[in-house]
Amino acid sequence: MSDIDLTRLHPAIEAYIPLGRSGLLPALHAAQRIYGWLPQEVAAEVARSLEVPLADVHGVIEFYSLFYNEPVGRRIIRVCTDPACGLKGADDILRHLCEHHGIEAGQSTPDLSLTIERSPCLGLCEQAPAALVDDKAETNIDLDAGSYELGRPRSIVGGSLRLLTEHCGNGTTSLAKYGEYIALKKALTMKPEDVIAEVKSAGLVGRGGAAFPTGVKWEGAAKADGDQKYIVCNADESEPGTFKDRILLLDDPHRTIEGMCIAAHAIGATKGYIYLRGEYPYILPVLENALTEARAAGYLGEHFDIEVRLGAGAYICGEETALFESIEGKRGFPRVKPPFPTTHGLFGQPTIINNVETLCNVPLILHEGAAGYRKIGTEKSPGPKLFCVSGDVAQPGLYEVPFGVTLRDLLDMAGLHSAPQAVLFGGAAGAFATFEHLDVRLTFEDLRAAGLPLGSGVVMVFDESRDLRDVLKRLGHFFAHESCGKCYPCQMGTQRQMEILDRVAVGKTLAGDLERLQDVGWTMTDASLCGLGQTAAGAVLSAVKLWPGLFDSGR
Amino acid sequence: MTSKLLMDDKEISVEQGQTLLEAARENGMDIPTICFHEATTSNALCRICVVEVEGMRLLQPACIVQAADGMKVQTKSERVVRARRTILEMLAATMDLSDAPEILTLMDEYGARVDRFPEAERRESALKDDNPMYVRDYSKCLLCWRCVQVCADDAQYTFAINFSGRGYETQIGTFFDRAIPETTCVLCGQCVGVCPTGALKPKREYLLEQGMSPQEISVMNTGRKRRKQK
Repeated sequence: MSDIDLTRLHPAIEAYIPLGRSGLLPALHAAQRIYGWLPQEVAAEVARSLEVPLADVHGVIEFYSLFYNEPVGRRIIRVCTDPACGLKGADDILRHLCEHHGIEAGQSTPDLSLTIERSPCLGLCEQAPAALVDDKAETNIDLDAGSYELGRPRSIVGGSLRLLTEHCGNGTTSLAKYGEYIALKKALTMKPEDVIAEVKSAGLVGRGGAAFPTGVKWEGAAKADGDQKYIVCNADESEPGTFKDRILLLDDPHRTIEGMCIAAHAIGATKGYIYLRGEYPYILPVLENALTEARAAGYLGEHFDIEVRLGAGAYICGEETALFESIEGKRGFPRVKPPFPTTHGLFGQPTIINNVETLCNVPLILHEGAAGYRKIGTEKSPGPKLFCVSGDVAQPGLYEVPFGVTLRDLLDMAGLHSAPQAVLFGGAAGAFATFEHLDVRLTFEDLRAAGLPLGSGVVMVFDESRDLRDVLKRLGHFFAHESCGKCYPCQMGTQRQMEILDRVAVGKTLAGDLERLQDVGWTMTDASLCGLGQTAAGAVLSAVKLWPGLFDSGR
Repeated sequence: MTSKLLMDDKEISVEQGQTLLEAARENGMDIPTICFHEATTSNALCRICVVEVEGMRLLQPACIVQAADGMKVQTKSERVVRARRTILEMLAATMDLSDAPEILTLMDEYGARVDRFPEAERRESALKDDNPMYVRDYSKCLLCWRCVQVCADDAQYTFAINFSGRGYETQIGTFFDRAIPETTCVLCGQCVGVCPTGALKPKREYLLEQGMSPQEISVMNTGRKRRKQK
């Protein structure tokens, strides 16, 4: 190992040294870009430079899937095997690739030219099957035709509205094309409390999955005492089936940045972060460039500036407190709540953390006024909503509609061939619907009454030909891979759930498996520390209710 | 300031700032714990201490939830018992509990079966015997985090150990799995003192269990035979 040249490391990590521990993930990313992986000497040098204990640095490397502490190939292909890609033959692609190169998934070729991995959902579901080849998206892979698209993924946008997606579908919108931050200019003429009042009366609730009232969150942070307040944009989009934030950020980064600027004015924040998931590396330069444009135009600067942080492969970092831990340079363990982020968030300071789509609604609200905004959607669910439609429809894509259209309306837009066998709603952490739910109106209130979570807007369609046990198996593997391991119900429950679902998938269940699966599911739901564990059995338990026969194959 | 709350339908008085666990124990009521330790920061990991609080959608960990006036708490409801029993059964399918008599007693109490999860992949690893003070048998580790916490800012500020892996594959580990003498460990023994399951064990105790006599151990440690009798 003595051939490792550490002199190349210092210039690459220099900028992160003043950040201390918070600079750990950026420094490890920079080091890995040089060496391809993170050898012991490099990790130790990063630790010394940032003054982080050695064992902690190792703990961080071990936590994140995209950091490697052993040599990997110069090229890394990550094939998504989650449900949307699974439907379109992801397993065959992985098998073909592995056979062609003579290695197994998770291995590297002996000459270290290539590593092939299975990946959790890459957020390219509407162009499945998909893979990530180093920093490039590989989509619409067709083994028979030998064709695929490689590079920046396309944005397929439809629906009956084009408000949030106004600038989406035609490449990245520059600031010149986006125009002035008119909504921000308007907000700056208003008192912060009036901006918050406007967002509150617009009835905006979070679009990341938890549906918490945005204005209430802002008000909490505005009123909290703190030396420094933060705005964090949660762009760690990784809920299987979700790809809306990818399109919003790639095609229209200024809308999110403007939303953050307005939020900063509302609560008196001087610093913002965009936490971008590690599997979206191709968005990073787009964001950096947009931030540069915004700085040049004076929207960002000394009064408020934004830094992009790149994740490193951990679904749990979409959980708000785990995301803070990650920015702070730690393993992405969710914190116990209370205290809540509005008073004790990033670095222990008052923080608001909003999803990309949520922030994209903010300029619209300021522009239209709360009353104008409320003309869209329903009384209890105002505004436009983005749905990520994938699976067995003619035209999978991102659909913008007003709240209140029915599931049937939405699926008609996407081209439904036949009555679906099942629709996975809200993502892996969601629940299944059947064709009986086709006339449910897509609003918070109607979906709640139907027992369906809106989640992050996932609508994944499975036609009659699909084996739902295979879908469940993939969900089981996803959660077992992504549990952080902090609390016992989720750490062990996701493993036990996966083992039982593996047996279900091959029709070899043991006597008592259904009861076991439910005990594990209820325990995770009822007793886990964070939202990941609390929803890790949601789809499975909904399937148990709808199709108990699926689980009935006792030996 | 004292407030009153109902725990299992019995009215109890609590001091401000007390957790539900403290309140229960002070009033002679029992809530089981595994990861909790008076000397370490409570992280609510094991969830064995969960209770049902009226008005709360999910079960609440008694080790960190603050008691409040007017709360209605059930410590042994059906949901609570189901969660505790299932967590215990999953533990038994995951790790070696042979040196954790308190957990085995809990399993009896909750009717938890050691064989509830057949064909489960267990978390096994080889015993690490790499220093003169203690041995590490992570097949017996239930990830209570206490050793990591006392090694860090709960006590010693040594930071010799942290985690490796993630999720079910999490384990306690050193920097790149280095042997203990090659880490910042100062052999203070605090981690051994707080380990609830015998995953960390004094070397002497381990050797005695292996059948060595105290004299053989002494010879091994000092390199000297017994002093000659005068």
